[in-house]
Order: sequence, then C-alpha cells, then structure tokens
Amino acid sequence: MTKGAVLILGGRSDMGLAIAHAFAAEGHPIQLAARGSAGLEADRADLALRHSVAVSLHDFDVLDTAGHEGFIDALPALPEVVVCAVGAMGDQAADEHDIPAAVTVMRTNFEGPAAILAAFANRFEARRSGTIVGISSVAGERGRATNYIYGSAKAGFTAFLSGLRNRLAGKGVHVVTVLPGFVATRMTAGMDLPAKLTAQPSEVGRAVLRAVKTRRNVIYVRPIWQVIMAVIRNIPEGVFKGMKI
Amino acid sequence: MKIAGWGGTTRQDCRVTRPRSEAELAALVAEGGLIARGAGRAYGDAAQSALNTADMGGFNRMLSFDEATGQLVAEAGVRLSDVIAAFLPRGWFPAVTPGTKHVSIGGMVAADVHGKNHHKDGSFGAFVDWIDLMGPDGAVRRLTRGDNDEMFGWTLGGMGLTGVILRVAFRLRRVESGWIRQTTIAAPNLAAAMAAFEAHQDATYSVAWIDCLARGPQAGRSIVMLGEHAGASDLPADRRTAPFRTPARRKLTVPFNAPSFALNGLTVRAFNELYYRQGAKKAGDSLVDWDAYFYPLDAIHGWNRIYGRRGFVQFQCAIPLATAAEGLRNLLDAIGRAGQGSFLAVLKRFGPQEGRISFPMEGYTLALDFPLHGGTTALLERLDRITVAAGGRFYLAKDARMTPHTLRKADKRMAEFIAMREANGLTDAFSSTQSERLAL
Repeated sequence: MTKGAVLILGGRSDMGLAIAHAFAAEGHPIQLAARGSAGLEADRADLALRHSVAVSLHDFDVLDTAGHEGFIDALPALPEVVVCAVGAMGDQAADEHDIPAAVTVMRTNFEGPAAILAAFANRFEARRSGTIVGISSVAGERGRATNYIYGSAKAGFTAFLSGLRNRLAGKGVHVVTVLPGFVATRMTAGMDLPAKLTAQPSEVGRAVLRAVKTRRNVIYVRPIWQVIMAVIRNIPEGVFKGMKI
Repeated sequence: MKIAGWGGTTRQDCRVTRPRSEAELAALVAEGGLIARGAGRAYGDAAQSALNTADMGGFNRMLSFDEATGQLVAEAGVRLSDVIAAFLPRGWFPAVTPGTKHVSIGGMVAADVHGKNHHKDGSFGAFVDWIDLMGPDGAVRRLTRGDNDEMFGWTLGGMGLTGVILRVAFRLRRVESGWIRQTTIAAPNLAAAMAAFEAHQDATYSVAWIDCLARGPQAGRSIVMLGEHAGASDLPADRRTAPFRTPARRKLTVPFNAPSFALNGLTVRAFNELYYRQGAKKAGDSLVDWDAYFYPLDAIHGWNRIYGRRGFVQFQCAIPLATAAEGLRNLLDAIGRAGQGSFLAVLKRFGPQEGRISFPMEGYTLALDFPLHGGTTALLERLDRITVAAGGRFYLAKDARMTPHTLRKADKRMAEFIAMREANGLTDAFSSTQSERLAL
C-alpha cells in the first residue's frame, strides 16, 4: 500500500527536515517546500536514498500569501499531511526599534503560516481527510520582555490552530499543535540552552510522527515543558511584570 | 567543551564548532590549527584540536548511488551504520568495514581503515573513487583515483592533516543476504594460528582472537574465524524469503565507569581461558548475522567504560611477513611477562597495501588494549621497541601516546609526509593534538 505524501513547509529548517526523515522512514513520499528550494537538492537526495521514497522540491514563500493557492495547485498531489515548520526568531532588542522588521517577524510566524494552513484546511475539508501540523512555540504561552514579538505571533498561531481544530473536528481533518520548547537547531545555535530542556531535532521528528499517528491535539516534545509552562502561565501578572525571565 | 578519543585517556577542553555550510567551514579553516572530527571513534587524540575542532555532524547526507557500479557518494559526516541501514536491505554492504559501524565516512578515509578482508581486498581506500577535499585556502578540490594527484594518496590515511574531507565516492559490494557463513578454527599456539591464516588466504574474511596471556607451549593460542557472505541458498528455508532480515540484537549498556579493580590480570586470564574453551568447542561452521559477525562490541553500548574512568590505550602494529613470526613471538612474550592482558586482542593477516601513508603492510597485525595505569607505559614502550626492531609500524587511529621519535623510526614515510605538509601550506592550517604530539 502506498502511503500518503507529507508536505513540509519550511523544508530547510532543522525541525522540518527531521520531521521529513521521520515520515520518510515510515515510507511516506515527501514534498519539501522552501524559498530557493533548488538549494535543498542534497537533502532531497539524502531522504530518497536513505528511505527509498519519492521526494520532490517546491518553491514556497510564506509571505507571498497571494501565491499560496497557486503553490498548492502546482503540487504533484494534495498531501495527506501538511506540516508548517516555518518560523523566524528575529532580533527582539533590535526589532523593538525597527518596527518594519518586527512586522516581518509577526507576518512570518503568524500571518503567513495561518494563511497557507487556511488554504489547506479548505481543501482537506472538501476531501474530508488530512492532517495539519503547526509548529508553534511555548513562547506563545505568555509574552515576555525578551521575545514578545516572536511570542505574540506564535500566540496568534496557536490560537489559530486551536480554532481550526475545533472547526474541522468531525470533518475528517485533524489538527496537531506542536510546542517544541528548546530545540538544538540553527535558529538556536550559539544560545546557552539547558541540556535537559533541549530536544534534538530528531526527537521533534519522532514526536510529530507519533502525534499524527495517534491523533494527539497539542504536544510538548519534552514533557517537562508542560510543567514549566503551567507554572509560567499561572504566575499573577502583578508578579510576572517585575520578573526577568 | 571537553572531548576525548574513544579510549577516554585524552580528555581535553577544546573549542568545538559545528559548521553547517562550506562557507562556514572555510571561515574556520582560515583561522588555522583545524581538525575535522567525525564520530570520535579514533582511540586517541587524532580528532581533537584545542582551538579549532570542527564537528562534521552537519555534513551528513548521502548524495547519490549508482546501482550499476555500487558507487555511493556521501558527505563525510555520514555514519557507516546509516549506510548499512539504507543499503543492506537492497543487497549492498560496505566493501571494507572496521570493527565498529559507528564511524564516519570521513574518518574511514582519514584512517584508511581496514577490515577482516584486508588480505584479499586491501583497505577502504581501495574502494574510494574520489574525495572532495577543502584545502588551506578554503577551496574544494576533487581528488580522483588514477589522476596522478598525489594528494589523493596522502589523504587516504593522512589523519585529516591534508585538508577537510567533505565528500567521498566509494563502492559497496553486492551481497545476497545479511548473513555470514563462519568457520571457526581453534589454533593451540601462534604457529598454528599463522598456519591457519596462510592456509585460508582465499577466505573472504579472516581474523583471530588471540590469548595474549597464555605462556609456554600455548603462547599465542587463538580462535581463527573465517567468513563468507552467505548466498540465499545457504540460508535455512524459513530465512530465504527475507534474506536481509536479521534478528535485532539486544543492546547492553555499560552504565558507568567500572572501578579499576574490575579488570586485572586474573579476571582477564579467567575470561581468556573460558573464551578459548568455548571457541574450541564451537569449532566448525555456523551462520552468523552481519551485526554479530562484524561488530560484536557494538552490542555493548559504551564498552570503553569497562576500563574505568582513567580509560584505556590501544596498541596496534603491523609487522612485515618476513619477520612476523619472530616479532609476534617477542610481543606476546613481553605481554605475557607483564601479565597485562586484554579481552580484545586481535591477530590478522594483512595482504598487499597501496597508498602513500596508509597503515597496513603485507604481514600480520596485532591489536590489543590495556587499561591505563602505572605499569602500562613501560610495557607499551617495550612493545614499541619490539615492533620497530621487527621492521613494523603503528596505526595512528589507535595511538594516544607514541613519541615522535618512535614514529619516525618505525615509519620512514613520515618525513616525506611532513615535507609534503610544509610544501603545501598544510602545517599551520590543519593540526590535531596528535599531530602536534607527533610533530607531523
């Protein structure tokens, strides 16, 4: 039996590639989408050689929302699973004074991902099958001084995914929200992350595969994050605003 | 961060970076004093450099495979275990494999590793078609076999000191199953073991476990293991439908460094006695899966910790055929006298070897390990002297403690290697803790 294709939006990211490997290992054909996708040829070859699956590359710009429908039409087949691993951290301190840059961070983490998943949601709903996976962030659980531009966009994305899940429940379409916590990727390279709280991209890949198979709604990759975020969410605002975390 | 070789004796605080692109790597090369680190399976300090160690884990993709020739092109950081996982189910196996599958392809080139088929097929380098190498100026050159480019030969076995190995094209071999037909021969002494190797030159694989502590008439007693890739028809009927499926091995883990008293002359002697008796009892033919045959120690995760926190040192030499019998006898005598044995002593017949700087030479190789303690250094120096007197040489992938003087005496090619490094501007650009220790 041939398995359904898995589309990775943000196919250049470490998490996106790790998720692609996890699904390819199970025999799913892979579609990698990113800007300048020709540069992903080595990753395409590697996925195909290791797992003996078909892998295709597709140019995709999350900010070009007008081009999203055309992008979907150009895919070789409507995928069974779409994973949105698009994101950009930005530079909080600099972006506080560079508002156009802050807007780009918000558009990259919320507007763009929400727009493309909205388009897939409609097509999956019409087909009455499919799984939508959004890689959001624990940073969206509460705004903090050190990364609230990125965090606010992720908060929007998390709310969007939860709404989508609510709308599509009972329509054969499942929505998974992934809150990875710290992950050792290019985006976090050079940051001093605590080892016990930091997942490897391959862990994210396996966790997403498992979540899709078992139809989980919201997952944290390392369970400790569920506890940490419960604490952070419940600190009274009066106390929180004076904290440096 | 603190890193060490597999033996655990060379722990050192090093600056380790993980470049993600050729541009990032070139910027690191420009800083000088760089060594590329693959899987960290060299036993000593070959893959560490205090100021500039480049972890090649970011270059871990397989790029192409040619079904007609078996040629695989892979980035240097790809692990051999990944190659086997991807290609054995399709009927391909590495043409040469070292005793662990947890090595990187770049490391296999840098050490020009050998396997149990060296007497017949030569080292890994014999199956390498080309190497992409980043030089001191950050430019990438493709070194192709037969191109008369001397850097190809210097890179095979050059311990990463000719540049950064980026991509390698090497050939796999066709196999019909994941099983090995093994023939076990009990050899009661060294002469019998060598006679068994000589009599079975046509076997694809041959290797012997040797008891380094047996003395007198039993000195050098060995269990010689020959192997052939099993054809589909060699398998029992119930395995023929899935010839590449082999049982998953139970993984054992050594959870912590063993206390140093766990391993001493007495426990090793008892182990060796038992191992020899078991081996002699099992003499004859059997069917063994590829993982158990080629990588018996891989089943014990972190086996290096059995030697305790201070770690262990490996000794591996090659001795030319003409002087092998006498040289090996002297080595075994010195080890037996010192009463320091090893669970993992290995004897193997080497065949002819091409290449500028590769370790093997036609003759015999002996590899063994010792926990590091007071008496070890003196014994190892004695073994060094015996090897040099017999015209032998040493394997740099195992070395953690040799002196530049010993290396130069044993290996006349090193002077040429050093001159070549100097002439090509490699000396300052690429260096490891090992190359500094050995003044390469």
